[in-house]
Amino acid sequence: MTDPIIKFENVAKRFGDIRVLEGLDFTVNRGEKVTIIGPSGSGKSTILRILMTLEDVSDGIVWVDGTPLWHEGAAGALKPAGEAHLHKMRTKLGMVFQSFNLFPHMSILRNITEAPVQVLGLSKPDARARAMDLLEMVGLADQAGKFPHQLSGGQQQRVAIARALAMRPEILLFDEPTSALDPELVGEVQEVIRKLAEEHDLTMLLVTHEMRFAREISDRVCFIDAGAIREQGPPEDLFTNPKEARTQQFLQAVLAD
Amino acid sequence: MLFGFEWDTTNGWTLAVSILPILLLGLWVTLKATVLGFAIAMVLGLVLAALKAAPSRLVSWPARAVSEFLRDTPLLIQLFFLYYVLPEFGLVLPAFLTGAIALGLQYSAYLSEVYRAGIEAVPRGQTEAAVALNLTPARRFSRIVVPQAIPRIVPAMGNYLVSIMKDVPVLSVVTVLEMLNVATIIGDRTFNYLVPLTMVGGLYLIMTLLAAQGVRLLDRALPKTGIPLK
Ligand SMILES: Nc1ncnc2c1ncn2[C@@H]1O[C@H](COP(=O)(O)OP(=O)(O)OP(=O)(O)O)[C@@H](O)[C@H]1O
Ligand SMILES: [Mg+2]
Repeated sequence: MTDPIIKFENVAKRFGDIRVLEGLDFTVNRGEKVTIIGPSGSGKSTILRILMTLEDVSDGIVWVDGTPLWHEGAAGALKPAGEAHLHKMRTKLGMVFQSFNLFPHMSILRNITEAPVQVLGLSKPDARARAMDLLEMVGLADQAGKFPHQLSGGQQQRVAIARALAMRPEILLFDEPTSALDPELVGEVQEVIRKLAEEHDLTMLLVTHEMRFAREISDRVCFIDAGAIREQGPPEDLFTNPKEARTQQFLQAVLAD
Repeated sequence: MLFGFEWDTTNGWTLAVSILPILLLGLWVTLKATVLGFAIAMVLGLVLAALKAAPSRLVSWPARAVSEFLRDTPLLIQLFFLYYVLPEFGLVLPAFLTGAIALGLQYSAYLSEVYRAGIEAVPRGQTEAAVALNLTPARRFSRIVVPQAIPRIVPAMGNYLVSIMKDVPVLSVVTVLEMLNVATIIGDRTFNYLVPLTMVGGLYLIMTLLAAQGVRLLDRALPKTGIPLK
């Protein structure tokens, strides 16, 4: 049961004097769907960004699939990782951003084929076939020739999910994937993520403010506050019977609106 | 080339017609200086921009100082420096080349800022998405950042192209026979400054308008589908 694919060990992250994460211990098992909830500024995005190698750590070790993410070298003599090490580690990870971040100068198809061709060395026909399958999966096969600005936010985010999946990651990170969307477009993106969660053995780590959605798709929900996990457990427990006062306060506040 | 036997000073019109060929030769020199100067500026500007953006302050600070110096001292002084001071150290360059280098140096500082602004205007999320897709640093830059920076850079570059062309007459002080220099020599010999100077102004106007139009066409031809340019 416990087969950790992600492990934060006493991790700290500071930006100058700002302490964002402090003494964070956090584990995700292979294939597990974990949601992180918590107040604004509590460090949720930072956790995902560290995993995606967009931010380094100030202290502690992050393990991904048994290898230190931000360090290399022998145990006991770990030194900061270089680009080559990070490049190798990134093959296991993919990320979906709040603001989609599709490449505006590329067609939808190119957005999805670019990295498989450039990084994985797929032939163009193979990459195209893979992209079309993924577009089919997110219900956008008919949009392949368009450009991102011609699509709605919901469609763009579905493309972004397809783009991340095209790299065949083992771990997929979602940072508030529906927060930038008009309310009527939230459902279509959640539907795609829900399908992924149900049908794939992908490890998923999701940050969201949509509590009902978190409850539906997660095996485990973690409440983070002030840079560390304060409470975690299966969604039924955490949402219906939170033990910590801070969790109760937070849930009351977000469920009120 | 400036003998003047063929000039017909009967009246302004005949003078204008007879000096047009030699003014056009001057214009040719002006255009060559513009193109060479701008080419130097484009390459050197990119180097300067890269150095200024270097993570190490040991690199970025000197680059910034050089860039600031080039922008904040007059072109004429830089030109004199290259033309009169460098030979004292044994480096003698032809006047035309010296002039083009002086123009290129000063404008490299301007263009380095254009590059920097164009690159910084590409949203951070674009690079982050490229990292998440595991593109190498070189490909992040060449395939994601540069294509989105170019449409932002080209209009500003066009302005500097026009502006460098208008600075070429400064080279006349180091004997480069560009268009204005030719015109004043004609004036000295015929005691008619009105006609040659008016013609230089007119030719400059035409060149400036053409250059501006060229940049506009280039700008329109650039692929920039969906790139938010504000
Ligand atoms: N590059 C940075 N420089 C300085 N401070 C930063 C930087 N990135 C994040 N922070 C700070 O770190 C803290 C945590 O940021 P983070 O984005 O992880 O929060 P979050 O939990 O995702 O919040 P939200 O719900 O608003 O997205 C915030 O106070 C933020 O201002
Ligand atoms: Mg966040």
